[in-house]
Amino acid sequence: MDKPRERSFLADTPRLLALGLVGLLLLMPYIWMLSASLKPLDELFRASLSLWPERFHAVENYSRVFSQVPVFHYLWNGIVVCAGILFFQLLFAVPAGYALAKLRFPGRDIAFGLVMLGLLVPPHVPALPLYVTFSKLGLLNTYAALILPFTISVFAIFLFRQFFRALPDELIHAARLDGIGEFEIVWRIILPNSWPAATAFAIFSVVAHWNDLFWPLIVIEGQARATPALGVLYFRSDEAGDDFAALMAAAVIMTLPLVLAFLFAQRRFVEGIATTGLKG
Amino acid sequence: MALVGPSGCGKTTLMRIVAGIEIADSGNITIGSRNVTRLRSAERNVAMVFQNYALYPHLTVRENIAVPLAMRRLSTWQRLPLIGGIIPGSSGKRASIETDVIQAAESLGLGTLLDRRPGQLSGGQRQRVALARAIVRHPAAFLMDEPLSNLDAALRVQTRREIVDIHRRVGAATLYVTHDQSEALTMADRVAVMQAGKILQVASPEAIYHDPQDLRVATFIGSPRINTLSAQADSAGRVHVSDAPTGLHAEPGSLILAVRPEDLRLSPNGIPCVVEGIEFLGESLLLHVRQSSSGEPLVMRLPPELSRPAPGTDIFLAFDPKRALLFHTDGRRMPSRGHIGHAQELALV
Amino acid sequence: MSSAVGLGAIKVTRGAPIGEALAGLMLTVPAGLAYLVMLLLPTMATILLAFTDYELGLPDWNWIGLGNFTEMFEDRGFGVALRNTIIYVGFVTPLSILLGLGIALLIESGIRGRATFRAIFFLPVVSLTVAMAAAWQYLLHPTIGPLNGLLRAIGVSSPPYWLSSSDWVLLSLSAIGIWENIGYNMVLFLAGLTAIPRELYHAAEVDGTKTWLDRFRLVTWPLLGPTTLFVLTITMIRSIRVFDTVAVLTQGGPNKASEVLLHTMYKEGFTFLRLGYSAAITLVFLVMVLGLVWLQTKALDKRVHYG
Repeated sequence: MDKPRERSFLADTPRLLALGLVGLLLLMPYIWMLSASLKPLDELFRASLSLWPERFHAVENYSRVFSQVPVFHYLWNGIVVCAGILFFQLLFAVPAGYALAKLRFPGRDIAFGLVMLGLLVPPHVPALPLYVTFSKLGLLNTYAALILPFTISVFAIFLFRQFFRALPDELIHAARLDGIGEFEIVWRIILPNSWPAATAFAIFSVVAHWNDLFWPLIVIEGQARATPALGVLYFRSDEAGDDFAALMAAAVIMTLPLVLAFLFAQRRFVEGIATTGLKG
Repeated sequence: MALVGPSGCGKTTLMRIVAGIEIADSGNITIGSRNVTRLRSAERNVAMVFQNYALYPHLTVRENIAVPLAMRRLSTWQRLPLIGGIIPGSSGKRASIETDVIQAAESLGLGTLLDRRPGQLSGGQRQRVALARAIVRHPAAFLMDEPLSNLDAALRVQTRREIVDIHRRVGAATLYVTHDQSEALTMADRVAVMQAGKILQVASPEAIYHDPQDLRVATFIGSPRINTLSAQADSAGRVHVSDAPTGLHAEPGSLILAVRPEDLRLSPNGIPCVVEGIEFLGESLLLHVRQSSSGEPLVMRLPPELSRPAPGTDIFLAFDPKRALLFHTDGRRMPSRGHIGHAQELALV
Repeated sequence: MSSAVGLGAIKVTRGAPIGEALAGLMLTVPAGLAYLVMLLLPTMATILLAFTDYELGLPDWNWIGLGNFTEMFEDRGFGVALRNTIIYVGFVTPLSILLGLGIALLIESGIRGRATFRAIFFLPVVSLTVAMAAAWQYLLHPTIGPLNGLLRAIGVSSPPYWLSSSDWVLLSLSAIGIWENIGYNMVLFLAGLTAIPRELYHAAEVDGTKTWLDRFRLVTWPLLGPTTLFVLTITMIRSIRVFDTVAVLTQGGPNKASEVLLHTMYKEGFTFLRLGYSAAITLVFLVMVLGLVWLQTKALDKRVHYG
């Protein structure tokens, strides 16, 4: 009843045209990236404005990336790191969020104050001492170095606390009357009732850490533990040189996984970022 | 005029069409003698009070009430912040707006609240700001969409009287949408009953209650619901319920007989029924019974001091045929001719 | 039939039962430990480091008070980085907010194509920043880049060198920054727009608003206030952190023309291993972020929340 009426296509044309034009402009980097990844190098150097290649060189470009760069290795590293980070973030933040939202215990207000304080500190601030510590412990170039600093997400604690507070107390009282312990309540009652918050946070976390360059650049050297972001960086400086065709092919390959995931679960992504954004 | 119907029947949509917020696919809307079907909302000169009041949260009470005046009396340039004040003619217009706003606010007892924001007001106060915003510009018609549904019971009765009072003072045509039949019956001169997108009957509250033209109107208005009994008229036109004559006459065939709970009486030679339960309401008793032969449930209202029959007891119910209503099985009202000549009330059977 | 429920004298204690308090503590301890080790202690260590001349690899270090800060404000490089960062924020914040708002309003004003356009504008947010930086590098390449190809085709004889020109590099990076942030801001504005009660628009119509602009000024803009303030702060904090594109595309060059705060901090700390000095830069960065948050909560919040 409240939805605006579907306008006639004609009346909607100016809006569609404006959005289409701006959208096309925004898509330019993608369009040219794809186009360049299909062309042979000499065609690129002629700087022709034609999007369609005269000679298809896609197979050569993409196979060059796959032969010179351990693409799947980078992607695997990215998955391990993102999954590891998310696992620990949930493991620590969900119980803490529950305790802060629903339980009375000494020091709760101080703990929540610390969470709010932590929200103000960008992750770049603790980077230097963490780097020194990891290097002293010989942890550089390990998954641990990539995962450990992000195991605690004050933002996740805050988000879950806000969400759990909105859950009815009756849910927890009923569970206690049924004889379920607090630990089980967290994982078997609270979390299953909090999927919107959990997926929203998961998407937020994965997008952030899949794209992160700052920290991997600090603690990783060489291919063994390099994330996709580092992989593109290495390929760009070492292998590709001025071979933009292959570089664009590498960029396409590395961008694809998350973009595909986004296109499949578009609504969830957008809602996830919107809810985490608005609460942060 | 009140528009009443169950939720989802289309009454709010109808009101929005009248307001110009939604567009009718066909048909005409006239306000007074003016055809406004093709006019935009702004040009129709109607004021509306919304269910959730729809006050602008960032504006003070004074500014909220002034909006409809500012939109009409000031030009686009004059409404601009800062520059608006220097444009010739604007200060005079602003002063006249201020006078009208204060007058409207005073008449609703909002004089001391002018500089508050809606968020700092109680529900009843917000309601009155919404009313003030509606009356300030003396519209051709008022539209009110469930204006009382967000108030608590005590405030509702009080505001109900205030709205009637305003209506009497201002005198403009008012269309009042509600799902609450008691609001419709108490406040309106005329009541329109709406169901599933159709207006079933428009009449005075008394006529709607005592003389409904449609079974759906009869069952919607009145609490507890009117009792319905399936009945037959024989070839002579005598109406029977469970093979017992009622003293009413109608065209031969199946029909539906409806009697309000307060029109049923206990009578030794009435319809046999079994008592199912009793509800004590304070000023009366409700007796829930089931007709022995057909199994149809009935409700009757009794004076509270009467001795209460225990559940399971057999009793006999009768009614005054003058007060019984006859309907075709499709719900249309049927003229009942039976009681002509039966001046005294007739117990059936 | 029915069992009776008896109510004897019941005493209600206000405090938490021991069990609940214990469970509360147990459930927060893991997070508390991680917080301590990964966030609180390192942050405090950074603050302390800023007042030392600690360099990784050197055997000893000294407290030097405000030494790092005086060096910083005499260092031309830091001044340039600070100025560049502020210019970058100054470009990216207003433009990405205006464009994000404009697109959100356009999308919201109709039904057709909503999901598709939302997805298109959101794409940069989920794209690997480093890879897209490479795409931008090709797009903006002085000789073989399509942008300059287009400019030459329409008659510009010597188009700018974009990322390799000290005059244009900051502008080019800002353009990429705007491109990255539009989708994010658009999504936040869309959420803000759907939260505005439709009844207010109906009231505005009945009250006599005739044009889109009237309704925008009377309802949309004021009710979007809290969203706009939030988007403003978050975009400033996001763009003050600019690092990826600089690290990938220019490394601060040419001739420090694109040097920014976090990149300077990274270079001093992790390339030259001057941790004390780098920590001091981090502290300046932290103070700027805190300043923005303070501005949001104290100075502006009261104006856009209508209590």
